[in-house]
Amino acid sequence: MLAEIGVESVQELFDRQIPEGVRLGRALDLPAGLGEQDVYEHLRELSERNVSAEQELSFLGAGMYDHYVPALIDMLTERSEFLTPYTPYQPEISQGGLQVMFEYQTAISELTALPVSNASLYEGPSAIAAAAYLAKLHNGRRRIVHSAGLHPHTIETLRTHAHGYGMELVEVPLRDGVTDQQAWAQAIEADTSAAIFAQPNFYGALEDAAALSAAAKDGASERNGKEEPDRQPPVVIAQVDPIVLGICKPPGECGVDVAAGEGQPLGNRLDFGGPSFGFFAAREEYLRRMPGRIAGETADADGRRGFVLTLQAREQHIRREKATSNICTAQALNALAGVAYLAWLGRRGIVELGELLLARTHYAREQLAAIAGVEKLHAQPVVREFALRLDGDLAAIRRRCALDGVNPGVDAHALSGRAEDRGVLLVAITERRSRADIDRLAEVLKSAIAAQREEVPA
Amino acid sequence: MSLLDEQRSARREPRSQERACDRGRSPHDGASPLPAGTTGQERAAPAPDTIPQQRDQVTTIFEQGAPGRRAFVCPPIDVPLPAHEELLPARFRRAQPPRLPEVSEPEIVRHYVRLSKRNFDLDSGFYPLGSCTMKHNPRMHERVAALPGHARLHPLQDPERAQGALELMWNLQQALAEIAGLPHVSLQPSAGSAGELAGVLLTRAYHEDRGERRGKVLAPDTAHGTNPATVSMSGLELVKLATDEAGGVDIDDLRAKADGDVACLMLTNPNTLGLFDANTEEIAAIVHGVGATLYYDGANLNAVMGLSRPGDMGFDIVHFNLHKSFTQPHGGGGPGSGPIAVSERMAPYLPRPLVVRAENGAFDLDLHAPKSIGRMRGFHGNYGCLVRAYAYIRSLGADGLRDASETAVLNANYLLARLQNRTRPPIAELLPLAYGGLCMHEFVLSGGPMKAALQIRTVDLAKRLLDFGFHPPTVYFPLLVQEALMVEPTETECRETLDAFAEAIATILEEAAEDPQIAANAPYTTPVRRLDEVAAAKRPVVRQAL
Repeated sequence: MLAEIGVESVQELFDRQIPEGVRLGRALDLPAGLGEQDVYEHLRELSERNVSAEQELSFLGAGMYDHYVPALIDMLTERSEFLTPYTPYQPEISQGGLQVMFEYQTAISELTALPVSNASLYEGPSAIAAAAYLAKLHNGRRRIVHSAGLHPHTIETLRTHAHGYGMELVEVPLRDGVTDQQAWAQAIEADTSAAIFAQPNFYGALEDAAALSAAAKDGASERNGKEEPDRQPPVVIAQVDPIVLGICKPPGECGVDVAAGEGQPLGNRLDFGGPSFGFFAAREEYLRRMPGRIAGETADADGRRGFVLTLQAREQHIRREKATSNICTAQALNALAGVAYLAWLGRRGIVELGELLLARTHYAREQLAAIAGVEKLHAQPVVREFALRLDGDLAAIRRRCALDGVNPGVDAHALSGRAEDRGVLLVAITERRSRADIDRLAEVLKSAIAAQREEVPA
Repeated sequence: MSLLDEQRSARREPRSQERACDRGRSPHDGASPLPAGTTGQERAAPAPDTIPQQRDQVTTIFEQGAPGRRAFVCPPIDVPLPAHEELLPARFRRAQPPRLPEVSEPEIVRHYVRLSKRNFDLDSGFYPLGSCTMKHNPRMHERVAALPGHARLHPLQDPERAQGALELMWNLQQALAEIAGLPHVSLQPSAGSAGELAGVLLTRAYHEDRGERRGKVLAPDTAHGTNPATVSMSGLELVKLATDEAGGVDIDDLRAKADGDVACLMLTNPNTLGLFDANTEEIAAIVHGVGATLYYDGANLNAVMGLSRPGDMGFDIVHFNLHKSFTQPHGGGGPGSGPIAVSERMAPYLPRPLVVRAENGAFDLDLHAPKSIGRMRGFHGNYGCLVRAYAYIRSLGADGLRDASETAVLNANYLLARLQNRTRPPIAELLPLAYGGLCMHEFVLSGGPMKAALQIRTVDLAKRLLDFGFHPPTVYFPLLVQEALMVEPTETECRETLDAFAEAIATILEEAAEDPQIAANAPYTTPVRRLDEVAAAKRPVVRQAL
């Protein structure tokens, strides 16, 4: 090979190209390489120092949920043909991946009742930041009004990105566990670019999405109606948990313009927070400003049905600084898991699963709220997660529960840092948490609270 | 007999004599996989020897199944059921369920397995897609990432009960810092472009913290499209730098544009022409001289691991594409992961949270970092990708990483030489190297002369390569090269594969000299032929009507 190239050594290839001053000239200070078996053992050993949902009775949620992932998804995502290609730049040999994208888009569009979907973004919070960027490109205004009921990671992610593209955030507080409608309507101003809320919100409460959308749009037209009759309302964006959309009114029927969120509940494992996927669906008028890949149906030279990446004139590799997003690699494999999961659940299954979550969540909330020292944070309807306020040292109570092999849920304050979240526990329910599991949680939580009270002198 | 000859003779054999006869023609006997008896112009008949199911008229999952059919068995409702309205008031209820498919498990499996067979993939063949580093994905990585202690670990598990995960992340931070020559690492960004955004935002934060508002970012015209798109999303203005005759940054242009309003220079090195910038040190001096930072786009890091480090070149910020140099499988377009490493002065602005180690050896997430630009995303990053990248680094070690880069550069130069040395057809004349003589891990050819001489374009060459069982190189990028063809073989490939690829290029060029229509109408053996992308964009059908 060297002779073909016309050099004496591999070293010469580098010596002739890399200036001497920037050559490393020593070995990297890294451990020596290991054989497959040894690397496996090392990573297995690390994995065993984690307490996963396999090893404790876990009610952790707040953005990611321990749903059952059917075996067929493992099989599909491990197939070389899905696992090892890249973005389908050559559609003739990428029809499998492109059709999966098209089916995924159809499923997400159906689920959200919005006509167009992209082929995936990274994850939930950055998908919301991408939606706000779409709003900025759409109307050029500078303020983002958002509910305090957004997930704290969404708010932080939004702030990071908004600072970049020159927008500022206005937070609307909650009242009785849901977005304060009056404050919401008042916060919408002439320069409001986007209005964002979560469904259900961080505290598990279902928001009156239709009322929030209407208020955002009416507020804008009332304020601006006289001077600028043509002025458009802000883009209404909802961060939605997709697993509840079998039973809950979809964003497209609530006046929402863009629905985005975390796709992990749909057939993706927890993976300590990623990779999962962010979904992004919108009204048709936003199609040409959407971020990310979009697959479209077309025909080949012989008239055969086929699929391609389409509307690429939005994208960074074509439009560069004028692109609607910088995203290139997204989460195609995770989106495949998403659409396969939705096909597996099916038209009836997604409703049945939703009803099961609803019933068990309701049951768990009532059982836990009946414990002395525990009360509901709010009385709003909940579907798959709820918030409790605990009297006592929540950290100590959670540690006691852990000793009994139960993780009672997320300490909301640890996540949000908000003073009013002190003592607030978020409890998530999936189909993997049976009535017996919930009863066990109630029992363990009750004794943990009692024990903790005895320990602290009155 | 070369690999290609073997492929050809395999193709010459019809899968069944009967089928070949049915179609009324003899098995084709030419040197190319074009059906015998057809010329490019008249070609319409599908090749007889493709896998039949690949050429099926496809149906979507939504067009299959029947009402009531299902795969999922819902666990029974095992709790008391209160009144419907009490559980979920009517105003929140969905009236019509989403029209998801109604299919059985075997239908789902068969559908997606059949679809998978309509994909070309790295495990099946050569994938020299420039700038994408399509290197082998060891299966062991999938196994370790799927261990329940990783795969079913909730991101909000208490840090003291996720010590294994945090240690893995911390170890990976240390390793990436050493590879980059920059001491501080954030694993949070989800992919390369998210890493770029984090990097430019923290450059902004760095300047703003010093009371400066700098409005411009410099990037060469060879940069990936993600660079300029990132600059726009960061609220800054892109200023393009010209490329000099050697293929590097035009130093005079840089000098003219580097001023006190420049926040940062974004550079890929080696760049997208596969060339290591000979003036790297001078570039760094000029940029630092005006108080700006240097950003290293790590898309091409696979050329220099263990050989040269961005930190030593003077860069302040680097992003890694774990799905490129560190072999996270590309997944058909993700997931990826785009950690960043930074110099001491940029460290306070890194995204939150960082993985830290306390004096007692315990690992934790540092959520505070008051000057941080904040979060780039939910939770801690694409942990599953971090597991795979870490497994890769532990497998290869210091020597293995350097060996990977050396082999990648050797392979690229060998393939380049193999092509350029060939006189029949004269590839050096038809597809000349756009810049330079040697290359790093990839090289860019210009298809301009080929187009003039043979009347086929780069896209035609690429499509014809599909018939030879190869994924084409990246085409029409970088933009400054006419009819560009960007080839990155990676260290994965053996010499026989590189020879076969060179042979295929030669065959296609020879064939085009005789009849350019063959390439112009290619491909012939794929599940579909060329697709109407114009129609797709004009009247977009982006979901199925149900």
